[in-house]
Amino acid sequence: MTAVTKGAGNTAPELILEMRGITKSFPGVTANDKVDLELFRGEVLALLGENGAGKSSLMNVLIGLYRPDAGQIFLNGKKVHIHSPKDSMELGIGMVHQNFKLVDTMTVVENVILGEKDLKLIPNMKKAAERIRSISDHYNLKVNPDKYIGQLSVGEQQRVEILKLIYRGAEILILDEPTAVLTPQESDELCNIISQMTSEGKSAIFITHKMEEVIKFSDWVRVLKKGKLVAVKKTSDTDPSDLAKMMVGREVLFNIEKMPFTPGENVLKIIKLNASDPNGIKVLDNISVTVRKHEILGIAGVAGNGQVELTEAVTGLRTSQSGEVLINGENLTNRSPIEMIRSGVSHIPSDRVAMGIVGDMSVASNLAMKGYRNKPIVSRGILRTSLILAFARRMISAFNISTPGPQTHVKFLSGGNIQKTILAREIDACGDLLVAAYPSRGLDVGATEAVRKEIVRQRDEGRAVLLVSEDLEELISISDRIAVMYGGRIIGIVDSEGCDIEKIGLMMAGIENHQQERGSRT
Amino acid sequence: MRIHFKKRKSYSAAAAVLTPVISFIISLLLTGIMLAAFDINPFKTYTNMFQGAFGTWRDFTETLVKAIPLILTSLGVATAFKLKFWNIGAEGQLVLGGIAASGVALFWSSWLPPFLLLPVSILVGAAAGGLWAGVPAILKVKLNVDETLTTLMLNYVAILAYDGIYCGPWRDPNGYGFPGTAQFPAAAWLPRLSGRAHMGLIFALIIAALLWFAFYRTKWGFELQMIGQNKKAARVLGVNIGRNVILALLVSGAISGIAGACEVTGIARRLQQGLSLGYGYTAIIIAWMSRLNPAVCVPVSILMAGLLVGGDSVQIMMGVPSAMGKVMQGMILFPMLAGSIFTEYRLVVSRRNTDISEAEVAK
Amino acid sequence: MILLISSIIAITLKAGTSLVFATIGEIFTEKSGILNLGIEGIMLMSAVIAFTVSYYTGNLSAAILSAMLTGGVLSLIHAFLSITMQAQQVVSGLSITLFGTGMASFLGQTLGPETNSGYLTGLSAARLQTLTIPGLSRLPLIGPVFNQDPLTYIVLLLIPVSWFFMYKTKHGLNLRAVGENPQTADAMGINVPRIRYLYTIVGGMLAGIGGAHLSLSYTPGWTDNITGGRGWIVIALVIFSLWNPSRAIWGALLFGGINAVQFRLQASGADISSTLLNMLPYLVTIAVLVIITVWEDRKRTTGSPAALGTPYQREEK
Repeated sequence: MTAVTKGAGNTAPELILEMRGITKSFPGVTANDKVDLELFRGEVLALLGENGAGKSSLMNVLIGLYRPDAGQIFLNGKKVHIHSPKDSMELGIGMVHQNFKLVDTMTVVENVILGEKDLKLIPNMKKAAERIRSISDHYNLKVNPDKYIGQLSVGEQQRVEILKLIYRGAEILILDEPTAVLTPQESDELCNIISQMTSEGKSAIFITHKMEEVIKFSDWVRVLKKGKLVAVKKTSDTDPSDLAKMMVGREVLFNIEKMPFTPGENVLKIIKLNASDPNGIKVLDNISVTVRKHEILGIAGVAGNGQVELTEAVTGLRTSQSGEVLINGENLTNRSPIEMIRSGVSHIPSDRVAMGIVGDMSVASNLAMKGYRNKPIVSRGILRTSLILAFARRMISAFNISTPGPQTHVKFLSGGNIQKTILAREIDACGDLLVAAYPSRGLDVGATEAVRKEIVRQRDEGRAVLLVSEDLEELISISDRIAVMYGGRIIGIVDSEGCDIEKIGLMMAGIENHQQERGSRT
Repeated sequence: MRIHFKKRKSYSAAAAVLTPVISFIISLLLTGIMLAAFDINPFKTYTNMFQGAFGTWRDFTETLVKAIPLILTSLGVATAFKLKFWNIGAEGQLVLGGIAASGVALFWSSWLPPFLLLPVSILVGAAAGGLWAGVPAILKVKLNVDETLTTLMLNYVAILAYDGIYCGPWRDPNGYGFPGTAQFPAAAWLPRLSGRAHMGLIFALIIAALLWFAFYRTKWGFELQMIGQNKKAARVLGVNIGRNVILALLVSGAISGIAGACEVTGIARRLQQGLSLGYGYTAIIIAWMSRLNPAVCVPVSILMAGLLVGGDSVQIMMGVPSAMGKVMQGMILFPMLAGSIFTEYRLVVSRRNTDISEAEVAK
Repeated sequence: MILLISSIIAITLKAGTSLVFATIGEIFTEKSGILNLGIEGIMLMSAVIAFTVSYYTGNLSAAILSAMLTGGVLSLIHAFLSITMQAQQVVSGLSITLFGTGMASFLGQTLGPETNSGYLTGLSAARLQTLTIPGLSRLPLIGPVFNQDPLTYIVLLLIPVSWFFMYKTKHGLNLRAVGENPQTADAMGINVPRIRYLYTIVGGMLAGIGGAHLSLSYTPGWTDNITGGRGWIVIALVIFSLWNPSRAIWGALLFGGINAVQFRLQASGADISSTLLNMLPYLVTIAVLVIITVWEDRKRTTGSPAALGTPYQREEK
C-alpha cells in the first residue's frame, strides 16, 4: 500500500486551487467556519474528518451546490465565481458524490453526455461511445458504454462517474468517501486509477473519515473538526494515530464506566442464518452468534457487509431463507416485527429519521409509538391522551430530551434529541434484547456520550445488547465482545478487553483470523 | 436579488389559519374582476349567490341536499388520504353504491321485510363502495400498483356500468322510454327532514363525528397517522401496513358508497341520470382543504355546496351562468394550493451576490 | 366489409386525433416528472376558446393558436403550483379540471352573441376542412387515411417527431433525466424547474390543440362537456403507451376504434355489449398498470418516470 507518487518531478508543485475563508451555515449549525484549502497540481489532498465535520459541505460549496455565506475561491490564481455545478464543471472541477448522480434507466453513454455543455442537438452516440471506450482503456476503467446503469455493480457505477468527469475534461476530481461502497480489491483498483490520473497532471480531493485511506491515497491532508480546519499536514509527515488524535481530539476519549463482564444466560441465539436480497445476492451467510444477559455484542465491519441485514433479521424486518433466530429459547425465525416486539426486542434503527420516528407527529406521540398498544394507554381501542402526555413528560425529563414541549413535532428537534426520543421509547418498552444500529452516528459529543452511557446501563441492568457501529473506538469502549462482519459472514469474534485494533482492521478487510474467539465461546 | 423559500423551524399556525381566509378573499376578487369584465355586477351577484344558498330556510335545505354527498365523499377521501393513499375514485365508489342500493330497493322488496329494505339498501351500497375501493387497495398492497391511476380508471368503469344499467336492463318498461328505473317501493325511501334534505345528513354528521374520534382518539387512527406520515417507521414499529391500508380503503369506499345509496334513496328514489355529478372529485378538494380533519370537512362541504346552489340561483335570478359556482370553487383553490407552502416555509429575499461578505473575510 | 373497415378507420382517425395530441402532450409533461390531471379542464377551455375565435374571426389558425395559448396558460398555473409552490400534484391538477370545466361552461353561456343571449351552443363557425390527398385517398382500405383534416395529418407526423425528439436529441435526454432522477439532472447542470415548467406548458399546449380539434372538426360547435371525459382517457392512454410517444397511436386507435365500432353497434341496437366494450379500455389500462408494476419489480424498464409526481427541491439541509 504505497502512497500515490507525485507526477510533478523536481519542480515546485504548482498551486491550482485555493479556497479562502469559506463559511457556510445552516439553521442551527455552522457547517464551515472560515475554512482554507490549497490543492497542488498532480497531487491528492485528503479531507479528513468525522461525520458532520463539514467535509461534504465544503466540497458542495466548491462545486456550486451550496452558496457560501462568505469566502472566495481562486483557480490558477484567478478568482472565480461558482454558482452551480455547471459553473464548476466548466472550470474543470467535478465531483463523485457518495450517492452517484446516474440515471439507472439510461445507458452509460447517455449518462456521460448528459448535460454536457457543447452537446449537439442530435448527439452522435457512436462517437461518444468510442471516446468512452478509449478513456476506459487508458485508465483501465473497464466500462462498457452500451450497458444500462441499472445493470452495473456499485464499483462499476463509481468508475462511470469517474469516467464522466474525465470525459468532460475535469482537472480536479473530488471523491466523496469513495471506498465506503467498495471491496478491498476495488479500492486498490481505485488507488491505481487515481495515481494514473495524478501522474498525468490531474489533481484530486479525497473525502474520508478513515485514517488508513489518507495514508494510502494522499500527498497532503487537511483535518476538519466541527466545521473548522484543525490541521494541515504533509501525509509523509504523519501517521494514523497522529491523524486520529487530530480528528477526534481529546473529546472522544471519555471513559464510560461499566460493571465487570459477568454474562448471564443466552438471550439471542442465531443458528446458521442465511438470507438473500431480492436480486438473489447473499446478504447473510451462515451467521451463528449468541448474545447473553449483561453482554454487549458489538458488530464491526465496513458499511454494507451485512450488519444492517443482521439487525433486520433479528427485528422481523427481513426474512431469511434458512437458519434459526431464537430469543430466550423460543424459535422466532421469520416472525413479523410486531411478534418480535412482543417478545421483548427493542430496536434503534440505522436510519433514525427515516425509520425511527414519524417526523410530522409530536414528541409525545413518537414516545408512545410502542406503548400505545398496551393498557392503560389504550383501552378498548381508545387512546388516553392524558396518559400519553404524562408518559412523555416523564421520558423527556428522564432522558433529558431538549424540546420546546411534548407537543412539538419531532422533526424540529436536533439529531441528538431525536435519537434520545427513540432511545427513551425503545428502552422503556425493552424486554431482554436491545438491537442498536449506529446509535451515535452523526451526533455531537454530548449526545454520543449520553447514548453510549444509556446502552451500557441497559447491559448493566441485565439486558442483552446487539450493537452495530462503524466506530471501532465506540465498539471497543463499550462492548464486551466484537464480531467482525465481512461479505455477510461473521469472520471472527474477539473480546474487546485488550483487543488488537490492527487485527480487527484486517478482519474488516476480509482477512480471516484463525485464532478467533478466545475463551468467550458459549 | 434572489427570492427563495426557507424551511421554518416550527409550523406556522398563523399561516394555516390565514391561508384559507386570504384565499377566499382572493377568489372573490378574481371572480369579481372576471364578472365585471363581462358587464355583470359582482356585488349584486355575490349578494344573490349568498341569498340563493343561505337566504331562506328552504334555500338552505337545497344547499344541504348538495352538501350531504360532498360531506360523505370528502370523509371517505380523507380516510384514504390519511394514509397517503391517493384514492381519487370516490366518484366511482359513490356511483357503485348508488347502483347496488338501487338493486336492493328494486329487486329485494319481494322477500325482505319492508322495514329492512332501506337499511339493507344502504348497507349493500356501502359494501359495494367499499369493494370498489378495496380492489385498488389490494392491488397496491399485494403488487404495489399505483392507486391514483387505478382508482381513476375504476371511476369510468363504474360510471359506464351505471349508464348501461339504468338505460338498459333495469330501465322501467312502463316508463314511456324515459331513461331510468321504476320508482323504488316506498319502504326504500330515505325519510326527508325538511324540504328535500334527507336523513343522509344525519348519517353524514354521525360518520363525521365517528371519524374525527377515530382519527384523533383511537389506536386505529394513531396507526393510520403513523403509516401516512412515515411508512418505513410504521413498519419498524410493528404496524401491519397491508391490513391497515385495505381496512381503511374499505371504510373509505363504504362511506362514499353510502353517499351514493343516500342519493338514490333520498332524492330521485330511482336510478336515473344525475347520480355522477362530480361530487367525488370536489370531495378530494374539500378533504384537502380541510386538512383531512373530518370536523372541518362538514363546514367546507356546506360552503362548496353553497357555491353550487348560489350559482344555480344567480342563473335564475340574473341570467348569470350557474357555472359561476364551479369557477369560484376553482378560484379558491389556486391561492390555497399556493399558500399551503407557507405553513412550512417562509419567503426569504436575499441579494444575489455573495461577495458582500468578502470585505469581512479579507480583514 | 372493406367499406365497413375503411369507414371505421376514417372515424377512428378522426376520433383519435384529439386524444393523440393530448396524450403526447401529457407524455411530455409526465416524462419531466409532473403529473397533470388538469387535461380535462384544459381541453374543455381550449375547445370553447377555439370555437369562439373561429366564430368571431373565421380564422382557423388564430383559433388553434388561441387554444394553444389557453392550454399553455392553464398548465402554467399547474406548473407554478406544483413546481414553485410544491403543491400536491393530484390536487393541483384536479383543481385545474374543476376550474376549467366550470369556466368553459361559464364562457359557453357568455361569449356568444346577443342574438343568442350570450350562448355559444347551437352556433356554427368555420371548421377544419378535409384535405384530400389526390390519388392516395382512392386506395382501397387505407384510402380514408388520406382524406382527413390538417390536424390529423399533423398528429400523424407529431408521433414520430416526438419519439425522435425524446429519444434521439439532447433535449429529450435532458427531459428524461429530469423525470427519472432530478437530483442527477441537477448535478449535471440541467435546470430542473425550467425543464419541468417548459414541458408542463408544452403538454398543456398540445392538449389545447386536442381541445380545438373537438370544437373545430370532430364535433364542430360548442356543447357543454364537449370532451365527454376525453381528458381522463388521456391519462389512461399515457400509461397504455408506456410513456412512449410512438405507442400513443395504439391506445388512441383502441379508444377511437371502440368509439367507431360503437356507432355501428348502436345502429344494430346492442346495448349491453356496447357498455362492456366501453369499459374495456379502462380495464385493459388497469391490467397494463399491473403488468408494468410487476415488471418494474423485476427491474425491467417500462418507461414510467421514476420521479413522477414528486416535487424536487435541492438539498440544502
